[in-house]
Amino acid sequence: MRLVVVSAGLSVPSSTRLLADRLSAATVGRAAAGADVDVEVVELRDLAVEIAHNFTNGFPGRKLAAALAAVTAADGLIVVTPVFSASYSGLFKSFFDVIDPDALAGKPVLIAATGGSTRHSLVLEHALRPLFSYLRAVVVPTAVYAASEDWGAEGLPERIERAAAELAALMKGLSAPSTPSAPLKDDRDEKAEKAEKSGFTVVPFADQLAALAAR
Amino acid sequence: MQFGIFSVGDVTPDPTTGRTPTERERIKAMVAIAQKAEEVGLDVFATGEHHNPPFVPSSPTTMLGYIAARTEKLVLSTSTTLITTNDPVKIAEDFAMLQHLADGRVDLMMGRGNTGPVYPWFGQDIRQGINLAIENYALLRRLWREDVVDWEGKFRTALQGFTSTPRPLDDVPPFVWHGSIRSPEIAEQAAFYGDGFFHNNIFWPADHTKQMVELYRARYAHYGHGTPEQAIVGLGGQVFMRKNSQDAVREFRPYFDNAPVYGHGPSLEDFTDQTPLTVGTPEQVIEKTLKFREYAGDYQRQLFLLDHAGLPLKTVLEQLDLLGEEVVPVLRKEFAIGRPAEVPDAPTHESLLEAAQAARATQEGVNVA
Repeated sequence: MRLVVVSAGLSVPSSTRLLADRLSAATVGRAAAGADVDVEVVELRDLAVEIAHNFTNGFPGRKLAAALAAVTAADGLIVVTPVFSASYSGLFKSFFDVIDPDALAGKPVLIAATGGSTRHSLVLEHALRPLFSYLRAVVVPTAVYAASEDWGAEGLPERIERAAAELAALMKGLSAPSTPSAPLKDDRDEKAEKAEKSGFTVVPFADQLAALAAR
Repeated sequence: MQFGIFSVGDVTPDPTTGRTPTERERIKAMVAIAQKAEEVGLDVFATGEHHNPPFVPSSPTTMLGYIAARTEKLVLSTSTTLITTNDPVKIAEDFAMLQHLADGRVDLMMGRGNTGPVYPWFGQDIRQGINLAIENYALLRRLWREDVVDWEGKFRTALQGFTSTPRPLDDVPPFVWHGSIRSPEIAEQAAFYGDGFFHNNIFWPADHTKQMVELYRARYAHYGHGTPEQAIVGLGGQVFMRKNSQDAVREFRPYFDNAPVYGHGPSLEDFTDQTPLTVGTPEQVIEKTLKFREYAGDYQRQLFLLDHAGLPLKTVLEQLDLLGEEVVPVLRKEFAIGRPAEVPDAPTHESLLEAAQAARATQEGVNVA
């Protein structure tokens, strides 16, 4: 299973990355029973310039393209942002602005955020959850917020474990080999399938024409 | 293989002087550039179509008709003709008229247009872009191929007993390219009809262009028009040349940095690294252009963008001299090497007429037998 961790922390070291690492270790621990988990971390700080250029150029640079591909191919995501001005950081949002809007559809996502005080914890529910709902991701019920004081208080490890368990369960469920929809494939003609291998889904032209004729 | 230029028709201030050409100056410059293209031995001139400032070419066949009268051999084309917001009836009429005036030196490239407000200005909806392209083009084909058309569709007033005049020259409709950057539906449409597919790769990395062209080639073969290698492919290119590479970079940089499309974004170095843009010597342009074949296969039409971002006419004409004298002759020679005999050239009026006559002769032979 492929687990991709997107961290929008800016300082090095960053508490956002620290929370991301705790969440990913817990998720790997929960999933370990029989499953190999590949973890890839995407640090948005390293992609900041390429993300900005994607807006001006219309296409991703090489490092960003690799990160977008990793996120698209993931079986599960952990996304962590610092809270800036009562919301996710602009860099965090920008990354999800340049990814294909369908890339996250159906994907289990654990949302998490860090901040200087606990007063911003509902950012997870009011900003991150709607964003990932829009992207049609499956957001796990437990979202994890860590304020500075949480790193020395009770409760954070338990929330991390609970969220990780939810994510791992969803990933196991969704990345199991699926059986339905298999018969459809046999009907498809071989060449269309070959064309699909080039990375596109092709609707045969006759079907497109027919869709217009039906009134 | 055909070589030519395509113009966006932008009116952009020259960043080195701050001066903006008038619309009249820009329009006349486009004509001068087209004439120069013929003079230096290029094959094709294509104009964009836009309906908003800072662009001038809203009326492509007016401009191309004027250029037709001032040229002898140049093929006149578009990049692109808006199949979504133009009335297909008017496209059929305008381009058939142009065919007669230009003695068949006409083809055109269909495009959807990505300027949102243009759709409502012409009574359409951008969300229907693909469907408009499909329905309008299906009608356009019939208008050129059937003398009397009865038609009813989703987007346009129905037609009863309509004849588009003039009829296409020699009853041979102009060859059509379909331009698309990232819509597989349009590659599929081009493949379905056996039309050409133009990928305007100038702002895109090679692997994306490769995917789109491969899709078109596979589907072209699927629809029985020939082998994937015989599909008709066109590509864009963007160059700025001087004899000395550093001079080219120094002179072009302010235009690049302030260009309407990519200005104030990536560095010139990053952009040349990741897209077909070449800023350097004619040899560097040759080297980079020859590589297009590695990912797109042997192809039929190469169009370069030269006149944009406020470059003065004089500079553009110098670019055309370099292109015609030093670049294209070498490209013609090099692209011919290793090109399989069964890979066709881009269709022209003459080749389409010949094919139509051959088909008619075969049909008559069958009838006699």
